[in-house]
Amino acid sequence: MFLGRSSFMNSESLGKGWDVLDSQERARFEQLVLPHLDAAFNLSRWLLRSRADSEDVAQEAMLRAFRFFRGFNGGDARAWLLQIVRNTCYTWLEKNRQVELMTEFDEDLHQQSNATPETLAIAGDNRERLTRALETLPVRFREVIILRELEGCSYKEIAAITSVPIGTVMSALARARQRLQRALTQPAQQEASHEL
Amino acid sequence: MNCDFSGTLLHGYLDGELDAVRAAEFERHLEDCRECTASLGAAESLRATILRAQLYEPAPLALRKKIRSEIKGAAEAAHGPKVNVWRWIAVAASLLLVTGVAWYALQRNSATATSATTVTSAEMLDAHIRSLQAGHLTDVASTDQHTVKPWFDGKLDFIPPVKDYLDEGFPLIGGRLDVLGERNVAALVYGRRKHFINVFVWPTKEEDTPIHPPGSRQGYQWVHWRHKGMEFCAVSDVNAQDLHDLAQLIVQSMDGR
Repeated sequence: MFLGRSSFMNSESLGKGWDVLDSQERARFEQLVLPHLDAAFNLSRWLLRSRADSEDVAQEAMLRAFRFFRGFNGGDARAWLLQIVRNTCYTWLEKNRQVELMTEFDEDLHQQSNATPETLAIAGDNRERLTRALETLPVRFREVIILRELEGCSYKEIAAITSVPIGTVMSALARARQRLQRALTQPAQQEASHEL
Repeated sequence: MNCDFSGTLLHGYLDGELDAVRAAEFERHLEDCRECTASLGAAESLRATILRAQLYEPAPLALRKKIRSEIKGAAEAAHGPKVNVWRWIAVAASLLLVTGVAWYALQRNSATATSATTVTSAEMLDAHIRSLQAGHLTDVASTDQHTVKPWFDGKLDFIPPVKDYLDEGFPLIGGRLDVLGERNVAALVYGRRKHFINVFVWPTKEEDTPIHPPGSRQGYQWVHWRHKGMEFCAVSDVNAQDLHDLAQLIVQSMDGR
């Protein structure tokens, strides 16, 4: 299971990793990691809710990945990169928008959503509205939705990227989906609470 | 919510993450639990909604270029001006490209046919990458084949086969006019999870050819085939098997299967 290498990044001890990246390794980086640039950008765009900021952050994360590439011990390059992207995003959020990280994760969810396939289909038909609904979710719910639905990651990969146990991934996804359904079918209320 | 399953296991089931025993248990439970049946329907609908909304945002081309050059810079700074391994790799790459072009040229041995269109792999990849830039993916964005198909009317001298394959995991996202080999072609855009697939279509007088084992370059793959007077090229960064599956679906629906 992923726990054996839950910490993908073990290269800090190697010092400035890229000093010793030879051309062969650079080629390997370009072959294994660079193709996941879209994934990196997409994840940071949704975590930061901003294209402009995520260009900077995705770039920084990519360069960090390049420096730490020696510490990549094979396996799933996308998950390895996305873990770095996520860490870089959280560091950025801590510095620039600390409030967002403090959003209550364990909000009481016993309030049932009235979502039916029909109301969801109608509400979700509007891309803008879906984007807004997604952006109102706390970042820890938003990230599991992005990783699962947009990136197509398995629970195991999500667990590795977000450093939580697999069981937690399933319950986070369950809550995230319920909240998203609520946000879609009760947009006014959600927007109001987001303002707070 | 009263049923414990609808809050957790249901999602593992939806995502195909339960082991066989638990999945079977949940299916048995589903037969009796209305709440779970409804929740599963809503969750499936939410997923389809997200898939259709094209929320995935690929990296801007400028960022891609910037990162490539920074990595190059970082590597060169570390090593000093290295002997030109990279130049040789570039030469090899262009040779490969020429081979790709030659492959296409070989595919069409009757080069004399006036209507023949020669499309190079480079051209096709360019068209695919260009389409991924914001706002370029579709001219007509619709998941409805009955909207997309008529849209091409009058814009092209042929009618491309248009069909939605949402149930098979390839939702139709829209259509676009593109130019390949100096002729107008139809570009049909399909989704595959986070990825987009461009299917370029144009008429041909050549014999049918099977779905060709895919070519690949820069992390993109393509497959090529001809069927019933139409020539197809599907390009994407999805894996070769997915491309092949979509190609097969298109061929099958043209045969009315």
